[in-house]
Amino acid sequence: MNLKELYQEIILEHGKNPRNLRKTDNFTRDAKGNNPLCGDNVHIYLKLNDNNKVEDISFEGNGCAITMASASIMTDLVRGKEENEVKEIVTDFLDMIKEKDELSTQLLNEDEKTKLMCLSGVKQYPMRVKCATLSWHTLTSAMNNSQDIASTED
Amino acid sequence: MNIDQIKKEFPIFDNKVQNNDLVYLDSANSSQKPRIVIDRIYDFYSKEFSNVGRSVHYLAVAATNLYEQTRTSVQKYINASDKNEIVFTKGATEAINLVANTFGQKYLDEGDEVLITELEHHSNYVPWHFLRKSKKINIEFAEVNDQGEVTLEEIKKKITDRTKIICVTHLSNVTGAILPIKEIVSFAHSKGIPVLVDGCQGAPHLKLDMQDLDCDFYAISGHKMYGPTGIGVLYAKKKWLEDLPPYQGGGGMIREVKKKGISYGELPNKYEAGTMATAQVIAFNESIKFLEKIGIENIEKHEKELLDYAVELLSKNNSVNIIGNPKNKGGVISFTIEGIHPHDIATILDEDGVAIRAGHHCCQILHEKLGLPATARASFGVYNTKDDIDQLNNSINNCKKIFNLK
Repeated sequence: MNLKELYQEIILEHGKNPRNLRKTDNFTRDAKGNNPLCGDNVHIYLKLNDNNKVEDISFEGNGCAITMASASIMTDLVRGKEENEVKEIVTDFLDMIKEKDELSTQLLNEDEKTKLMCLSGVKQYPMRVKCATLSWHTLTSAMNNSQDIASTED
Repeated sequence: MNIDQIKKEFPIFDNKVQNNDLVYLDSANSSQKPRIVIDRIYDFYSKEFSNVGRSVHYLAVAATNLYEQTRTSVQKYINASDKNEIVFTKGATEAINLVANTFGQKYLDEGDEVLITELEHHSNYVPWHFLRKSKKINIEFAEVNDQGEVTLEEIKKKITDRTKIICVTHLSNVTGAILPIKEIVSFAHSKGIPVLVDGCQGAPHLKLDMQDLDCDFYAISGHKMYGPTGIGVLYAKKKWLEDLPPYQGGGGMIREVKKKGISYGELPNKYEAGTMATAQVIAFNESIKFLEKIGIENIEKHEKELLDYAVELLSKNNSVNIIGNPKNKGGVISFTIEGIHPHDIATILDEDGVAIRAGHHCCQILHEKLGLPATARASFGVYNTKDDIDQLNNSINNCKKIFNLK
């Protein structure tokens, strides 16, 4: 185990100063998610334009450095993407956290992938995987316009 | 009392945890087990096992006697006036559910009030919450003050002529506040209101005397008292156990079963339906003996010393904010560090072998009141030393280093 891999500089920085930590005006879709075991929670706000592109995405909530950094990086990366592209990125990220060594999507450039891979340190900390995936599950709920509260306990 | 010697009685400390000596500061969650308790379970299953209270063969009679010996030990340990006031349950949670269910059935009606406190663990709130729906009762909350305690005056203020039962924790698992149970009970009784005490944190750390406290119900968790999981105790005054309806139906709790009617067994069988956690109950006797051998007064004194030392050391650590400052406090310290979330603290401490808990500790009502989604918590047991507290403080400093805090 290696704490330095878990708490890389980029995670600490995003955890401390999360991007897009606000509420989008005139959002078109939203969803709440929580991790019932630890009480971390996020609320994702999405604004899709007429072409189903993410015009804006933001989040509110609180949680540990991993939860906040993951939501921060995620919201940065999916802005400007089309709905089906967002779904592909979410699936790719969750697969990587679960089992794959790398990201395979072509929708992100190397820089963006490097940022996301910073979250892969949680793989060594099974109890913390849920922190990294909470905002992603919640984004899926928001995309599906689900009224259910997304949970990491599925 | 020789802590090094006592610690040697706990096999968990013989082994490294992820290459570190274990610094176990999570006893409010569950305590570690001394060898005599672990061995007792093995021996019982290997040499003495039988179900209890049913068959007449040698093993059954011997096992029944052992099982009942634990009941007598618990009775003496908590100074209950009658051994039939001790009901075994699967835990304190079941003990409280038993009371909420049976007392609720018989004595609660629409508009009646159950008075609890903002300090309560979910296990002393959720069972009463069920009655909001089934009986349309109301739940009132005595408020926690800035010190993290609930005072007698606050309880008095919240009592109305609809208050039917008061349910309070003995010792908060978050702020460590020890509530003035005797005074609360005395006042409640003057108004004719029974009192249930959640003794999960009280029983492992405080001297218990049911006849002195005079409470009506007291819930105990075995696994927090150096005992096995799957065993708890409901102490209840005999008049209540005789008066209230049975909780669960099944074998062992009946007198006579006919197609047209059923009569129930005598105490304590009435509340112990089905095959109980026999081995755990029998091993729990060893936990009681372990506590008696050391002496609960000595444990209280030791844990108070640890607490004072920890509060002093952590207060000097300028990033640490201790939650609550109750006048009367048990061995629990919940804290936050500005700029580091409790889960991150727990993960980083764990890397040094320091086991604490982070989260809401099953007290979301209290955390909401405190305006904190989560806290980190270090809690003590008889095996902890000042070295453990030093390691806690060092590891907290390591957290600060990783998070680039000064």
